[in-house]
Amino acid sequence: MPDQGTAATPLIEFQSLSRVFGAGAAAVRALDAVDMRIDEGEFIAIMGPSGSGKSTAMNILGCLDTPSSGAYRFKGVEIGRLDPARRALLRRRFIGFVFQGFNLLPRTSAVENVELPLIYRGAPQAERRELAMQALARVGLKGRERHTPAELSGGQQQRVAIARAIVTEPAVLLADEPTGNLDTSMSREIMDLLVALNRGQGITVVMVTHEPDMAAYAERVIRFIDGRIATDEHRGRAA
Amino acid sequence: MVWESVRLALQAIRRNTLRSFLTVLGIIIGVAAVIAMVTIGNGTTAKITSDLAKLGSNLLFVSPGQFGPGRASADAKAFNERDIEAMRAQLRSVRAVAPVSQKSVTLVYGTESRNTVVTGTDNDFFITQDWVLAAGRSFLDGELRAGRAACVIGQTVRDRLFGPAEAIGQNLRVHNVSCEVIGILEAKGQSSFGTDMDDTVLMPLRAFHRRIAGNMDIDRAYVSAVDGADTSRVQADIERLLRERRNIFPGREDDFVVRDMRQIVQTAAGTAAMLTGLLGAVAAVSLLVGGIGIMNIMLVSVTERTREIGIRLAVGAQEEQVLLQFLVEAVVLSLFGGLIGVLLGLGIAAAVTTALGVPLPVDPTIILVAFGFSGLVGIVFGFFPARRAARLDPIEALRHE
Ligand SMILES: Nc1ncnc2c1ncn2[C@@H]1O[C@H](COP(=O)(O)OP(=O)(O)OP(=O)(O)O)[C@@H](O)[C@H]1O
Ligand SMILES: [Mg+2]
Repeated sequence: MPDQGTAATPLIEFQSLSRVFGAGAAAVRALDAVDMRIDEGEFIAIMGPSGSGKSTAMNILGCLDTPSSGAYRFKGVEIGRLDPARRALLRRRFIGFVFQGFNLLPRTSAVENVELPLIYRGAPQAERRELAMQALARVGLKGRERHTPAELSGGQQQRVAIARAIVTEPAVLLADEPTGNLDTSMSREIMDLLVALNRGQGITVVMVTHEPDMAAYAERVIRFIDGRIATDEHRGRAA
Repeated sequence: MVWESVRLALQAIRRNTLRSFLTVLGIIIGVAAVIAMVTIGNGTTAKITSDLAKLGSNLLFVSPGQFGPGRASADAKAFNERDIEAMRAQLRSVRAVAPVSQKSVTLVYGTESRNTVVTGTDNDFFITQDWVLAAGRSFLDGELRAGRAACVIGQTVRDRLFGPAEAIGQNLRVHNVSCEVIGILEAKGQSSFGTDMDDTVLMPLRAFHRRIAGNMDIDRAYVSAVDGADTSRVQADIERLLRERRNIFPGREDDFVVRDMRQIVQTAAGTAAMLTGLLGAVAAVSLLVGGIGIMNIMLVSVTERTREIGIRLAVGAQEEQVLLQFLVEAVVLSLFGGLIGVLLGLGIAAAVTTALGVPLPVDPTIILVAFGFSGLVGIVFGFFPARRAARLDPIEALRHE
């Protein structure tokens, strides 16, 4: 088993990280003293039964949520207890999100959806438009820039969401069940795209999925059970 | 970032045109009401003031009786010709003193007839009332002394009874008295009380007394002071003279009233201005209600767009940026409403003032105030929903259906 460079600082490190919802007898330990490290350029699938803490882990990874205890280090810096404004800055700078439900703005063209994160970075309009067009081209949606979500198929909508996630050149792309709403052939398209982004552009991808077929695209599969990591397999690149 | 927020706001407004319109309907109505009320009110005030000024400058009204609570006016005795002569002879700084006696009568010419008020007076009436002759002449001294049945008629009477035919020299029946038309007054149009000032007939006071009234009473007198005279001093002089002539003991109240035109103008203008203020205040309340409408719909909109807010937060928007976006949206909306309201209000005011025949005084202050106020309404009522949007938890917001 190849040890992933102990010397180099990992991109992401969880150290005895817990997330507890509620208090007292009703408290739920969604994450229970999790230790996990993710290196730059990895493609990881997170699996596990419903309620095992996958989404909770993703939200913390994505700086949408904060741990109850333990450490979350990003590029070696402890960021677990930042205030909302700083977390927003981190999301803007380093994180790209893709959701199961696409989460595009309705009645808004694909290119405007993709521009959204750039708006909050304060990029000038012309540059924004240019970057958004490039991102759409990278996900294979050239010519569909003016379509609104209602005018696109599920797979196309998810590609717009991926374009939106990568337009800021994030360090890590987080995808919570990105194929959960798609049929098999569309799911494969999306997985091929994620693999291409991971291999071609070196974007670290962390993806939650229920389907072993989709997890097979990843180099490493982490399985959660009851808020703990049950197994962590490195498989090497899929064929 | 503010400019960016304006762009986002315009985008959001455009994406739901109907809802945006309904949201600002309250503001539109409120601003339009304020603008229309105040503009129409100011126009009416200006009209009343200028009309009353047109009645004659430096004018005083003298009438028998007293007005006010608990005061009988019916038993006060009328003036007579000697009172008028005494005023003319003894008052200083006076240009004209016109006796006035009136009665509502039927005029007949050929097959046409018409009910009109006939006024018995003399040539001073033309001075006190600023009447100008369009044709013919005023009364001759001989006619006044002898009480000859000669009359000067207003444009309306001329038009209705004579049509296109020549009126001067014709005999008009005034209350069964055959009366020669000797002059025609220049048109004055409507008074601010809506009466037609040109629907009038003038005849020598003595002719009126003898042939129409059947008594020698003079209902009132109009006194015109010379330009630059102190009308309150003239008023005091008239009061002193009349108390003496009417044998009122010191300490007893006057049984007549002298009113200064300037006071009447001031009172009328004051009343009109107060009314304008009142209407404006009512309209301002509706603007406030419009603001609450904005808050209501913005709150609904925040709930409806929870997911959108979640997306924005997830891609790195900060609380202040979301706050600014929703605040700017509310302000842009209400300014839009204000703009439409101003135009609508001016349109209504223009239509109404044209119909009433009053001027249209466009007051930039009130427009700016109404416009600024609608922006303020947007900020005040937009802040709470905007803050609620900004404080949403991104995870909760994203999960929102
Ligand atoms: N906001 C919350 N408040 C209270 N409990 C929560 C909250 N979010 C998650 N939980 C609980 O934490 C546990 C883990 O939830 P999580 O959403 O991470 O599961 P998951 O692995 O993503 O499940 P699924 O496969 O169904 O999406 C669950 O027991 C859930 O009920
Ligand atoms: Mg989940």
